[in-house]
Amino acid sequence: MSSEYKDAKAKFEASVAKVLQRNKERKENFTTGGGLPLERFYGPDSLPSADYVKDVGFPGEYPFTRGVQPTMYRGRFWTMRQYAGFATAEESNERYRYLLSQGTTGLSVAFDLPTQIGYDSDDPMAQGECGKVGVAIDSLRDMEILFDQIPLNKVSTSMTINAPASVLLAMYICVGEKQGVPMDALSGTIQNDILKEYIARGTYIFPPKPSMRLITDIFGFCSENVPKWNTISISGYHIREAGSTAAQEVAFTLADGIAYVEAAKQKGLDPNVFGERLSFFFNAHNDFLEEVAKFRAARRMWARIMKERFGVTNPKAQMLRFHTQTGGSTLTAQQPENNIVRVTMQALAAVLGGTQSLHTNSMDEALALPSEKSVGIALKTQQIIAYESGVANTVDPLGGSYVIENLTEEIEKKAFEYIGQIDDMGGMLVAIEKGYVQKHIQDAAYEYQRSVESKQAIVVGVNQFQIEENRGEMNLLTVDSSVGERQIAKLRELRESRDNIAVKNSLEDIKKAAGDESENLMPHIIKAVRNYATEGEICGVLRNVFGEYTENIVL
Amino acid sequence: MDKLIDKALAGDTRAIARIISLIENGDPVSDAVMRRIYPLTGRAVVIGITGSPGAGKSTLTDKVIESFRKQGKTVGIIAIDPSSPFSGGAILADRIRMQRHTGDDGVYIRSMGTRGSLGGLSRGTREAVLLLDACGKDVIVIETVGVGQSEVDIIKLADTVCVVLVPGMGDDIQIMKAGIMEIADVFAINKADKPGVDRVAAEVRLMLDLVKNRPWTPPVHLTIAENGDGVDEFAESILKHHDFIKNSPEGAKVEYRRLSSEVEDILLKNLSRRTEKIWKNHMSEELMKELAARETNPYLVAADILKKIFPHG
Amino acid sequence: MDERKIRVVVAKPGLDGHDRGAKVVARALRDAGMEVIYTGLRQTPEQIVETVLQEDADAVGISILSGAHTFYFNKIIDMLKEKDASDVIVFGGGVIPDADIPGLLEAGAGAVFGPGTPTPECVEWLEKAVAEKRSKE
Repeated sequence: MSSEYKDAKAKFEASVAKVLQRNKERKENFTTGGGLPLERFYGPDSLPSADYVKDVGFPGEYPFTRGVQPTMYRGRFWTMRQYAGFATAEESNERYRYLLSQGTTGLSVAFDLPTQIGYDSDDPMAQGECGKVGVAIDSLRDMEILFDQIPLNKVSTSMTINAPASVLLAMYICVGEKQGVPMDALSGTIQNDILKEYIARGTYIFPPKPSMRLITDIFGFCSENVPKWNTISISGYHIREAGSTAAQEVAFTLADGIAYVEAAKQKGLDPNVFGERLSFFFNAHNDFLEEVAKFRAARRMWARIMKERFGVTNPKAQMLRFHTQTGGSTLTAQQPENNIVRVTMQALAAVLGGTQSLHTNSMDEALALPSEKSVGIALKTQQIIAYESGVANTVDPLGGSYVIENLTEEIEKKAFEYIGQIDDMGGMLVAIEKGYVQKHIQDAAYEYQRSVESKQAIVVGVNQFQIEENRGEMNLLTVDSSVGERQIAKLRELRESRDNIAVKNSLEDIKKAAGDESENLMPHIIKAVRNYATEGEICGVLRNVFGEYTENIVL
Repeated sequence: MDKLIDKALAGDTRAIARIISLIENGDPVSDAVMRRIYPLTGRAVVIGITGSPGAGKSTLTDKVIESFRKQGKTVGIIAIDPSSPFSGGAILADRIRMQRHTGDDGVYIRSMGTRGSLGGLSRGTREAVLLLDACGKDVIVIETVGVGQSEVDIIKLADTVCVVLVPGMGDDIQIMKAGIMEIADVFAINKADKPGVDRVAAEVRLMLDLVKNRPWTPPVHLTIAENGDGVDEFAESILKHHDFIKNSPEGAKVEYRRLSSEVEDILLKNLSRRTEKIWKNHMSEELMKELAARETNPYLVAADILKKIFPHG
Repeated sequence: MDERKIRVVVAKPGLDGHDRGAKVVARALRDAGMEVIYTGLRQTPEQIVETVLQEDADAVGISILSGAHTFYFNKIIDMLKEKDASDVIVFGGGVIPDADIPGLLEAGAGAVFGPGTPTPECVEWLEKAVAEKRSKE
């Protein structure tokens, strides 16, 4: 720094000291939401990186700190992708077509819990849950209805499905077949991220080893047959929802990513190839500056991991492309309209962080499933950011901000510390088994709860600025309990009308393939799905071969 | 109270559970309950399962239950977790891994917090075991806290002590230091699909070889509790050891030692309760002042009180 | 008599995997000196009720964010009645619309805590409810 700057700064600091004598600041220490220290002020001398080209660089170039494309949103806006699905395939299909008519540019399918955990709607475990948090899908027949009149070569579809991802992907492929869309024309994403299910989300079925095999089978199959498909969405979203800090979200997500790359490499797959199809999924939380920095840090870290750790040279396989959803746990049941404002800022952080696609939450989600009106507002929020705010007209507008670059580096440092500890333990699978990851998340969650209760953290309308309110007025969506009955009736009809011998044979086939690790399960699953074997039947066979996972509680 | 005991003896879950709570809470009726049920005890196979955290004790216990259930035996489990030294509260989460047996009439699972007791057990564990024994459970499994500290109290309760080790956790040495090795009757090296299992097994066998001419040499089993591998054999060894205990002079010695410690413990508990009362009666503001001023001292005061309780020394 | 601890079963019925709230509450109850029996995910009503009986719990807290709350609350309360254990306090929380709460309370739930409830409020309520229950024993 020039001596002129130094002098000026010394003078400034002296005057601040005087101000502080008269008026103390609001707090003794300022930190980000995730506990990173925040200075009073950042200036040119606090820019951490001396080497701009190496550490920040240009958009579309390694290490991609400023974005994965050279023109970013000047070329095309992010994909506005609203997660939706409830009740039966018929009702969800209607909602999708509404969303498409409103200008949504990608679908995102929410499945109900029985579907996510591999139970048919008529399974005793499915009682009371059918169609509740998403759409109930039992067989290819439901999937055909779900995408009725939606041409699969025109939309990209993201499916939040993990343990039984192969089965749902197989169904999507078969719907494509029926519409005359070949596999290599399908585009979309399956979440397929089992590790975060063990850590944070809870919809696992099988133990880690066979689960990792199912995942790498999908990697292998899609590299050859469904090249435009994102085979995994490595998700920090749920880790954050479970209570982690921003730095932990990045660390644990990338550590999961490392585990997947290692597993696929062990299978003989080339990270230069499958690396292109890895995608990520992050949360956008309240602390605006920290969030923007988080996305940038994650991008830079992944590029470095892929290049330095795995020797990946293909730039497309070094890029961290990600979907963002605004933070569900930040929504309040109190004064729900305030959530519109929270979502707006979170969405803005995601856009300024360079997201590839975005879901904005609806204001009523702390109360129930979102109504059509609130979903509409959430989507409009994105459109206003895109078309009215102007932030999409230049690439990475906050790049070079003293504080943003500084926080980007702080988060990277902190997250690499966690990853180092996980490496020392023997990798993410061991860290999960030992409860290391869960423990860190739960401690952070508990600490946050305490800070809200002690009012160190203020949540407007919850622990300050409360008002008397009558929420009876809200128009909430309810799923009527007949969904289960309707699904069960459909299943009964299906089981009577399909070729049951073909079903039995193809299930037998899956069983054999499951027992042989050198076999790729995908083609077998596709065959069974085509024969209208149900999801529960297929997962049942796999449960018998693979066993089931029991959670590892650390409290 | 008698009605509650009758219900418990008839197998009523809630009655059994309620009595265990009474005992655990130190309710004055406990002694009477124990006197009544004691004649019915002595039939169950009492097993202790100990080992460090992460060794997979609960998962192994889950599979051991399954193994005994296959043989038609009824099973009671006491699963112990640490109580918080700060709040006295506890999160008892061992049963998560055994929840699939909830609903099986032949299985009773009870979680207990240590409530300040050391040595790996909780207050009332002994009585809970006796109660389950009296209520006709064929096998009773005590899963100790497993905090890696010395958990040797289990030998006062269990016929057969099983120590669970696991490769690659780096804590095998800790356990050996803590004196856990000496109390083992059966070993399980769990997670035997992990690298390093042979090394741990060899180390254990080496340690066992140091003692020659044992009447019972603890067998070392490799288990994978997650999928049940090796568990049936492990359970078989437990029963074999139980046979050995019941039919050998060494076994009788163990039994005597245990009964003796039982009497001692009951005496201690009663004495300490009484001591507390006596001291409270004896204590006065004046005495405390004298103590504080060093005009007398705790040793003299205690000797004085003892002389009053035991005038003949 | 030493001390009669409050014993609470905290359970996640059904398939819902969102356990942040359940775990935070479990810890808060522990820090308030209670013994919390934590069942983990994917519990059937049968398992939850049997756990309550085996553990001699004073109360059972259930956490549901999947929208299946009415089904599970009713089922658990009915089964407790069947087992002659209707004295056990049933409470819960999660994403539960206000409109559904009166129905749950009428069915026999002691309290339903929505998102944003400070844990001390929950602790205080439970301590009071257990004291009242015990006074009737």
